[in-house]
Amino acid sequence: MKQDSFGHPVEKYNLLAEHLLAKVLELGQKIAEKKGKKTKIMEVCGTHTVAFSRSGIAQLLSDVLDLRSGPGCPVCVTHQQDLDYMISLSRIKDVIIVTFGDLLRVPGSFTSLEKEKAKGANVHICYSPLEAIDLAAKNTQKEIVLLGIGFETTAPTIAAALSQALEKGLQNFSIYSTLKLVPPALEALLQEKKFDLDGLVLPGHVSTVLGSDAFDFIAQEYALPCVVTGFEPLDLLIGLYYLLTSLIEEKAELTNTYTHIVKEKGNQAAKEIINLYFEEGDTLWRGFASIPGSGLKLRTKYNDFEARYRFKKVEIPETGVFSGCSCGDIITGKLTPFDCVHFNNGCTPLTPVGPCMVSSEGACSAYYQYRQQI
Amino acid sequence: MNEQEKDVILLSHGDGGLLTHQLIQGTFFPGFKNEWLEEEGDSAVLNFCHERLAFSTDSFVVSPLFFPGGDIGKLAICGTVNDLVVSGARPLWLSAAFIIPEGMAIERLSDVVRSMSEIAGDLKLPIVTGDTKVVSSNDPENLFINTTGIGVIYPETNFNVKNVEPSDIVIITGSIGDHGAAILAARLGLELEESPQSDCAPLDFISTLLRPYFPYIKVMRDPTRGGLATTLKELAISGDVDFWLEENSINVKPKVKAVSDILGIDPYYLASEGRALLVVKNGKEEEIIKELKKHPLGKDASIIGYARAGKGNLFLRTKLGGTRPLQMLAGTPLPRIC
Repeated sequence: MKQDSFGHPVEKYNLLAEHLLAKVLELGQKIAEKKGKKTKIMEVCGTHTVAFSRSGIAQLLSDVLDLRSGPGCPVCVTHQQDLDYMISLSRIKDVIIVTFGDLLRVPGSFTSLEKEKAKGANVHICYSPLEAIDLAAKNTQKEIVLLGIGFETTAPTIAAALSQALEKGLQNFSIYSTLKLVPPALEALLQEKKFDLDGLVLPGHVSTVLGSDAFDFIAQEYALPCVVTGFEPLDLLIGLYYLLTSLIEEKAELTNTYTHIVKEKGNQAAKEIINLYFEEGDTLWRGFASIPGSGLKLRTKYNDFEARYRFKKVEIPETGVFSGCSCGDIITGKLTPFDCVHFNNGCTPLTPVGPCMVSSEGACSAYYQYRQQI
Repeated sequence: MNEQEKDVILLSHGDGGLLTHQLIQGTFFPGFKNEWLEEEGDSAVLNFCHERLAFSTDSFVVSPLFFPGGDIGKLAICGTVNDLVVSGARPLWLSAAFIIPEGMAIERLSDVVRSMSEIAGDLKLPIVTGDTKVVSSNDPENLFINTTGIGVIYPETNFNVKNVEPSDIVIITGSIGDHGAAILAARLGLELEESPQSDCAPLDFISTLLRPYFPYIKVMRDPTRGGLATTLKELAISGDVDFWLEENSINVKPKVKAVSDILGIDPYYLASEGRALLVVKNGKEEEIIKELKKHPLGKDASIIGYARAGKGNLFLRTKLGGTRPLQMLAGTPLPRIC
């Protein structure tokens, strides 16, 4: 049995992964020799960015692959205006903000939820949005505002929270929805044609909800190979293997290697509950202009539960002087974190200039934590 | 970040990572600096009447108060005892001070005290002085406990990070991140088939087993707040060496990995409360591990890395053979979206 340098056995899983890694490297070299450049692949999802770096795969393949991050980190794509609005909501008396943890430290134009919390704002960090319902039931004199951030993956649980609020007749609950849809963002990105992507690793979790069919347009309309895959090292390598094989065979096709989780049509129940409470609308993304039909807005009949309507008189600061942060270009794959002048030069996880350095899913944070060259 | 905003204490100042480090260096050291504090050990080493004493204090804040594998009381005793043990001392006396929230059920407080007395009794360690304060609070679970301990340092002890040399071996006495994962899972109410258990336990068995090997132990730490990565990174910086870890050799229990994966948190930054990290002289590692394995709490002791000449870096060789740096914890790990 193979052992590591301290005599501990190496699992068969890793031996298999090592074999596959060698194969992927070989394919990558073949393409590089033919085209005279590295293969440029976008991993759309932030969890993939982290997984590629954390496993060391990105580093091991860096001679043949140019991995770019995509607009798939929920915190990173949140627009400055929305951040400022959400932070302002936390300053209202008797408001309890319920949020996922990684939004806490994201800098708005002037401050962050973490700093407002230190100054006395009531900010509750949740794991499940349903915690907002318990809080609303227990604190009837307070207003509970759930920050609805994320993609198709979090939308069903936010919808479930609203469903429960309605069922329980909770009037002190509202949602600030900046929920976003991934396919329209990818479409907007591919239409820009500003850089030469060779293929995409599609978001595994989002595909679970939407189904792999939702991404067929990438192969069909933009002639790019793409792959749906999971997050373990072997998943990543299998995904890359299929992607590079498609490139060598010059086939623009979508391959789903995550078939035990992701179905062609997705999760019908999840799509239905989203559809019941939300409708598509235009929304602002960091790194893009407003993208038509890329946001989930509460249906008009639920406007009473939209925090923007409930708290109309909120004072929102003018969006501050923009810091020259490259997050917008990083989450659209135009730059890598190493290309940003602020990266590890004033911008660190403790003193983040932009959201990509804050979120654990953010490209800059992943590069800082796992790939920083010393 | 403007200057005015920098002036506020954030929760992250208490997470044992970079901000805590900055607070200590920037605010406490300038006020209190002296030769003992400057050592920055888990305990102060005090020469008194031909003896070397170890003196250590720690405050405990944990939510929830009772968690799988332990409670704040057990944590408060083990935490201070372990700081003394990894300083190479035999604990002799403890103090316990309580800051109790108004509204806390006395029965609940009694449960905590019972837990403390049980573990202190097992260790034959008397709690010889204490203090009680009550504060108004919205949360009846908002209990704070401080414990302080005095121990006598064994004559064989010569632990100092400056003694670490290239080729020294890094050993850990068991799996990592159990406590951190147990607390996060309990706090967030994660519904798991099997919840992770805190590893909270006293490390006194190490002194019993390893005293003859103390001359070969360069330095010992317990990787609590900030986890394995932060603790070793601190040692690398203070010792002016690099450490290389082998991911394949580090034991992360499946339950801990499950919590880490769900929350997007790296287990290398999750606290252990019943593990010791030892840097030992190359050549002595096998004997030391053999000794540690004699105790149930040391049965999974294992080599996880080694020191190399360098400048304070910590590297991890991943299971696939890639290399990545490990940094100090920057900000409390927060559950992610998605």
